[in-house]
Amino acid sequence: MRTNDVMLQTATKVVTFIILMFAVHIFFAGHYTPGGGFVGGLLTTSAIVLLMLAFDIETVKKILPINYVTMTAVGLLLALATAAASIIFDVPFFTHAYDYFDLPLFGKTSLHSALLFDVGVYLVVVGVTMTIIQTIGEDE
Amino acid sequence: MSNLLLFPIIIPLLFATILMIFPKRLKLQRMIAAIGAGVTLLSALVLLVKVNADGVHAVTLGSWPAPFGISMVSDPLSALLVVTTSLITLFVVFYSFPTIGVKREQSYYYPAVIFLMVGVNGAFTTGDIFNLFVFVEVLLMASYTLIVHGGERPQLRESIKYLLVNIISSALFVAAVAFLYSVTGTLNMADLAVKIPQIEETGILTVIAVMFLVVFGFKAAIFPLYFWLPGSYYAPPIPILALFGALLTKVGVYAIMRTYTLFFTMNIGFTHELLGIVAILTILAGCVGALAYFDVKKIIIYNIIIAVGVILFGVAQLNQPGVEGSIFYLLHDMLIKAALFFLVGIVAVLFGTTDLRKMGGLIKTYPVLGWIYLVTAFGLAGIPPLSGFPGKLLIVQGGFEGPQFWGSIVILATSLIVLLSAVRIFIYAFWGEPVETVPLKKSVFNQMFIPTVILVAITVVFGVGAELFMPFISGAGEVLLNPSIYIDAVLKE
Repeated sequence: MRTNDVMLQTATKVVTFIILMFAVHIFFAGHYTPGGGFVGGLLTTSAIVLLMLAFDIETVKKILPINYVTMTAVGLLLALATAAASIIFDVPFFTHAYDYFDLPLFGKTSLHSALLFDVGVYLVVVGVTMTIIQTIGEDE
Repeated sequence: MSNLLLFPIIIPLLFATILMIFPKRLKLQRMIAAIGAGVTLLSALVLLVKVNADGVHAVTLGSWPAPFGISMVSDPLSALLVVTTSLITLFVVFYSFPTIGVKREQSYYYPAVIFLMVGVNGAFTTGDIFNLFVFVEVLLMASYTLIVHGGERPQLRESIKYLLVNIISSALFVAAVAFLYSVTGTLNMADLAVKIPQIEETGILTVIAVMFLVVFGFKAAIFPLYFWLPGSYYAPPIPILALFGALLTKVGVYAIMRTYTLFFTMNIGFTHELLGIVAILTILAGCVGALAYFDVKKIIIYNIIIAVGVILFGVAQLNQPGVEGSIFYLLHDMLIKAALFFLVGIVAVLFGTTDLRKMGGLIKTYPVLGWIYLVTAFGLAGIPPLSGFPGKLLIVQGGFEGPQFWGSIVILATSLIVLLSAVRIFIYAFWGEPVETVPLKKSVFNQMFIPTVILVAITVVFGVGAELFMPFISGAGEVLLNPSIYIDAVLKE
């Protein structure tokens, strides 16, 4: 028997993008206000999981041909490299650098090296949660 | 280089991450794992030399001022332990090549081993009690992977028990940290050492100290919290068992050592006497187990529990010989347990079983293995001049100087039981009627035997050359007995 999931699939096509946009918003909010790489990563994962529920794992793998374990490793490397930059400047580990820049469109913006670290966290969170969900959800 | 003390944590983290990217490339996996452990060992040795020369190193992460940021502190004790940990991990990696099996090697075995080293080195280095929890979780995550790695039936059964025990004790850990924070308002260990003597209600602090003893006791396997250890450690293959037996319980022992010398010293009459009594009970319980089984792995596993008791009895005395003895014995025990598990692993492979009653006569075909085993067994029991002797001598001396002299008598008496339990393996496996052994290629045997012999040689040097190492040990003991050295290094920069 084939279930009718037209509504779920149609809604998912829209909702996924809303969730992803919100994930980006939360990710960038996360320095002075609640948010950051961890929550952003979890939101992104929830969008991908929604896709998996509405369609199936095979389709999602075709859309996003990503090896999530490698993604975790890359995220860890990025986070570690950002933190380790402090070794080169001989300041305590994890010391972060920031300054204010005048960017076109954005105007006066503060850029932090912590952002790079957070990108690493984001990749690790998406990688790990997706690996867990895929391992549990897959058939042999 | 203010960050030098972090290198033994960052380097393995980097290598473990790199290893995750190509799990199937067997040769590359082996090579990078060995290089990673080797470079970590080098950085740890440099750190030890530096710490011994210029005193305690401390760095507070993120350039925050000391009690507010997370402090990482490397005193001689933690530097010694980091060196020993890196050394053992390196040997376990070499010993894994012929023993662990290609299938396991290709499913993230080496990353897990190196991540375990990250956690253990971090736990030995941190100067913040909550950060200690974090690093303990890091090493537990890696150990969960390793204990279930390969997915054999006993592994799956025991890993559930192991998971449950550790999750409950971790929950207790966080609760204990929260209590401590609510009473003192700080989690930095050096700051705790300043604030705790100023608090007059020692009652609540004693309760918290005992809670921490329970938490770390789960990890260190003290009486009566050791119940999970014999079953869980029995399940995984020998290289993983050697890694666990040498390193994991020692993190708990180190945590008790650190907290009970640095800041939980407000009610020594109660807490340290309790620790001493529990330590003696741990030794007795371990002895019963070590004599009761005819299984080589089980016998050595119960010897882990005995050693934990001996070390903690030395800490409980809180005098110079007792503390120095436990530091020496701790280092000795990490090395000798790894060596013993390696040897027992070779014996088990040769006979195709771990049951002593199905073994015999190995001395005729593998004489060198037999004598090496005997030397290691003597070292374990503490026969002079091998490495178990100086530590135990100092611990016994510490006991006689304190009120718990009866504990020293128990330690002396149980040394004979330890000797008996280890020599029983020699008698059953190496003497008697030869039993047919599994044919083993000479090259595979050598691959297992060479790292083992080198490790045994290191323990012998550690025992015979004890005089050479004593400056390091007494340097470590001095910091433990005078918390002000530790406090000044962290808080006054």
